[in-house]
Amino acid sequence: MDMETTPTLKRAYGTKSPQTSRFTEPSMVRWSIITVSTCFILAFVFAPLALVFVKAFEKGAEAYYSAVSDPDALSAIKLTLMTAAISVFANLLFGLAASWSIAKFAFKGKNLLTTLIDLPFTVSPVISWMVFVLLLGRQGWFGGWLDARDIKIIYAPAGIILSTIFVTFPFIARELIPVMQLKGNEEEQAALVLGASGWKIFFRITLPNIKWALIYGIILCNARAMGEFGAVSVVSGHIRGATNTIPLQVEILYNEYHMSAAFSVASLLTFLAVITLVIKKFAERKLQEEKTSSKILSMGENI
Amino acid sequence: MSIEVSRLTKQFNGIYAVNDVSFKVETGELIAILGPSGSGKSTLLRIIAGLEIPDAGEIHLTGKESTLDSPQDRNVGFVFQHYALFKHMTVEKNIAFGLEVRKAPKEKITQRVSELLELVQLKGLEKRYPSQISGGQRQRVAVARALAPQPKVLLLDEPFGALDAKVREDLRKWILELHEHTHVTTLFVTHDQHEALEIAHKIFVMNKGCIEQEGTPTEIFDRPATPFVAEFVGESNFIEAYVTEPHSVRWGPFHFPVNGHPIGEKMRLYFRPNDVYISSSPEAHQEKARILKTRFKGPTIELILQVADDKQIIAHVPKGVSLASGFKEGSEVFIGITEYHAFTDHTVDHSQFETYSI
Repeated sequence: MDMETTPTLKRAYGTKSPQTSRFTEPSMVRWSIITVSTCFILAFVFAPLALVFVKAFEKGAEAYYSAVSDPDALSAIKLTLMTAAISVFANLLFGLAASWSIAKFAFKGKNLLTTLIDLPFTVSPVISWMVFVLLLGRQGWFGGWLDARDIKIIYAPAGIILSTIFVTFPFIARELIPVMQLKGNEEEQAALVLGASGWKIFFRITLPNIKWALIYGIILCNARAMGEFGAVSVVSGHIRGATNTIPLQVEILYNEYHMSAAFSVASLLTFLAVITLVIKKFAERKLQEEKTSSKILSMGENI
Repeated sequence: MSIEVSRLTKQFNGIYAVNDVSFKVETGELIAILGPSGSGKSTLLRIIAGLEIPDAGEIHLTGKESTLDSPQDRNVGFVFQHYALFKHMTVEKNIAFGLEVRKAPKEKITQRVSELLELVQLKGLEKRYPSQISGGQRQRVAVARALAPQPKVLLLDEPFGALDAKVREDLRKWILELHEHTHVTTLFVTHDQHEALEIAHKIFVMNKGCIEQEGTPTEIFDRPATPFVAEFVGESNFIEAYVTEPHSVRWGPFHFPVNGHPIGEKMRLYFRPNDVYISSSPEAHQEKARILKTRFKGPTIELILQVADDKQIIAHVPKGVSLASGFKEGSEVFIGITEYHAFTDHTVDHSQFETYSI
């Protein structure tokens, strides 16, 4: 029962650092690689981001405020928030269902399903637009049926939401599948034998176990849903105050030479990016803990 | 409470994991299901818990037919091989889980949890998380969690499999004490014969989905019913030889009396290394042999003996005896075999065997 000596031993070995000169590159090589990568990040990532804020506040805080509180901008923000909320929720349900079935059941076509989940990452948004138009557009297969009931999807918020769901659906599922596979379902079985109902097992055992993977997935999904440009652009129809999301609004403002207004609205998205990054970093660390703790415990050994 | 299983069968992809198994366990018994990996012992346990549904057969728990009852309704305690503790809950919360989901009153839960912490000797660790305690402690949390809702039956799947040798020995003793204390009907699965022989009142030896033999540890060890049991439980010398003269099998210098077998029939003979009697001067029924090799095995010494040009056997003698008699590699000794088990395959399906013991 008492194995307290092992960790001490390990620590003793740990103090002997493996970073001896034999295993590292000459310092010149090291420094030039570090410089190249740092410069690259500064030039291609940091500078453009900084520029967004510089441009946004070029004409002062008042101009900034009036740009983001313009009715068209507000309506774009509202649509973006709504789109993000609905697609995150839809993908949450889909992601849980897909990862649950892939990680915990064996069934025919499982590999195909796993592969198809990645499809939105590989397909051009134009293709999804064409499919949506073919199915739901005025001349499409269901167009007549929808028209008769006065339901508009293409060039309407519904179309924007649909294509956002399409583009973002891999995010949550892809985060959950590996974590669920790693966890297996022994804990769920233990809860079952102890008399817990299906819902109790889900909320008290499964959900806490995948919490950080889920949060990580939601963050990424939300960021993408709010920032998506291509797929939304083709189904939106760019109707000001009605079917414009933040990225589309930025494009319109820019095309009409309202430079600082464009950057002001764009800065909202940049804020979102920074916040996402911070939460993502935190969730990543927690997620790592989640994974290692289950590995250690499944070996049934001491730490 | 009693468990009665009749004609239980379960297939996975056309392979029998459990094949027509029947047995009865009486209230308060401590039973080991012993078998190599893949013999279907864990599947059998999972079927009793309701985690697998059998293809055929019936299970009666406390006399009540429970074959298709859901795991929640069976009131069995199950300890998983890797414990399956809830990682995000403290020791205390783990133990309380089974009571909470059954909506037991708060005071009762607190009282039962503290009772169990006492029983499994984990007082003071109730606020720790599973990752903060040792393997042996996790094991005991798993047992306490399973016992919390006062199950009719306690099932343990390879309870000591993931622990190191010293901890396993302590836990064996602890499980025995625990059973004496609680008297809950207990079934545990193991591939370790020592565990089974030491702890269990009764052992079911499983092979390829079937129970090969059922009996007390002494019965299993001294009177193996099948060649498999003879080979799997304890170590054995194995000989395949033909009946060469009436009522006797000749193998090297040895004659093994067997009854009622025609000359020419193939027999399989097993005898244990510690049933080989060795002395340095000849006695009755002993034959000459030469020590080829000696091997240190802790309290005993293993001797590899050359009994004929092409025939060797293994013998175990206590270390003291070996030292006193001066057994070493190359020396001449005299050996006799005091106990052996003879089997023949009678029928075409190779599943019927006969036992002789002297």
